[in-house]
Amino acid sequence: MNNRQKDNLFKYWAILCTCIGILMLVIFLTNILITGLSRVDWAFITSLPSRKAELAGIKTALLGTVWILILTAIIAIPIGVAAGIYLEEYGKKSRFANILEINITNLAGVPSIIYGILGLEVFVRTFGLGRSILAGALTLGLLILPIIIVATREAIKAVPKTIREASFALGASKWQTISKQVLPAANGGILTGVILALSRAVGETAPLIIVGAATYVSFTPNSINDEYSVLPMQIFNWISRPEKEFAVNAAAAIIVLLVITFFMNGIAIYLRNKWQKKVKW
Amino acid sequence: MAEKSEVVNFMDYKLTADKVNVWYGNFHALKDISMRIRPNTVTALIGPSGCGKSTFLRLLNRMNDYIEGFRMEGHILIDEKNIYAKRVRVEELRKEVGMVFQKPNPFPKSIYDNVVYGLTIRNVRDKKTLDEACENSLKQAALWDEVKDDLKKSALALSGGQQQRLCIARTLAVKPTIILMDEPASALDPISTAKIEELINELKKYYTIIIVTHNMQQAGRISDRTAFFYLGLLIEYDTTANIFTNPKEEKTQSYITGRFG
Repeated sequence: MNNRQKDNLFKYWAILCTCIGILMLVIFLTNILITGLSRVDWAFITSLPSRKAELAGIKTALLGTVWILILTAIIAIPIGVAAGIYLEEYGKKSRFANILEINITNLAGVPSIIYGILGLEVFVRTFGLGRSILAGALTLGLLILPIIIVATREAIKAVPKTIREASFALGASKWQTISKQVLPAANGGILTGVILALSRAVGETAPLIIVGAATYVSFTPNSINDEYSVLPMQIFNWISRPEKEFAVNAAAAIIVLLVITFFMNGIAIYLRNKWQKKVKW
Repeated sequence: MAEKSEVVNFMDYKLTADKVNVWYGNFHALKDISMRIRPNTVTALIGPSGCGKSTFLRLLNRMNDYIEGFRMEGHILIDEKNIYAKRVRVEELRKEVGMVFQKPNPFPKSIYDNVVYGLTIRNVRDKKTLDEACENSLKQAALWDEVKDDLKKSALALSGGQQQRLCIARTLAVKPTIILMDEPASALDPISTAKIEELINELKKYYTIIIVTHNMQQAGRISDRTAFFYLGLLIEYDTTANIFTNPKEEKTQSYITGRFG
């Protein structure tokens, strides 16, 4: 076999591999769409759960997801971004910062169910928050914290040193340089990271099972202390039922969940492109 | 050839460096540097890469403070005041001593915001004051006529030469008395370079300028005095005319004639 043939062989192999990945996604999506699309309508989204499959809807789960998402964002974004700024701008040289850094990298690799166990022990039991939205959001907040921290650091790192120097040389203090030059320039990157982290939180099931998200809630949440369900929990619940009609409901709920995550990823990609275009050094 | 100003007494020096030594970790970057600089002159710092001329320049507005392992001995006086004294706030020092960098480094903001940045960080909020400062600085930097119609345009949309003059305008807006320039024209084309040199000649009337350059002709064209650095030592410091036509040190002679560097 000569070099050109090897070249071609490799090319076709690569195309084949790509196709396998895409094919899986296509099969999965068509399967879901065929099963569930006809079930997705306004009534499905606005109905409470029910023992009768054709009457059941995702209202409580969807609202639960929205509550959890917003609360998780409120908890995780300020802490994550601030931690990222500290590690990148202030704590560079200390041993303490080194230890923090290693731990954060490790945290990003911890399986999500471990966060669930942590959340159960700390938030649900020790803090006595019970099976509340707050306990769930705190747990998911911890889960996505490393992602936000890493994204913040990467975005800050991408701001050229020359911008910092220029700011310092004009007599700006460190905080002025960070708040007026570095953060505005890093904004797009940070926001992208935050959205990707939140879209991960939307799909998480395991930690919420442990901290007690309910599979059946017949009322919509009114405060952060209420019981709640989320879309992945609802899907999980319906899938495990014997009746075939509930499988259709599950497929429909999966479509809604997919739309939410695709939408969030879309915003992230849009922001990234816009940011890359705007800032050319 | 003695300059007329040689007779003026020591009080008339804008800047005095006295036995300055600098280390980066174990590396001895500057050795016993002493030099005096008069107000309203252009001083060129020349020498091969790594000779310490940029280190010396960055000592004067304390930009080396951020480098890990930086250590300094000796004194640097500006207007008779030791700029490395404990009570000195670097933010205020840098109001006195502006700096223009090698590569134009405008902020990714509008032209207007770039020029007034040094004022807004000092809490100048009055629109009229900012507008005036912006116009005056851009005029002084010979950029006003090219940008006056669209001050809201992004600074990144300007050409390299315009960006560098914007960076000069930004520095002037803070009203410094000394301007440090670190090879300000090395990233620019010949026409933009000529404009910058012309500008330096003009600015000399109001400011004391210290410029690092790799370009011998440039040093010859724009500076009153030239300092030749080599391996962390100040080999020779004299009027530019003397350095280029009649250097006392053999090292200087070989460097300016291009035998090494």
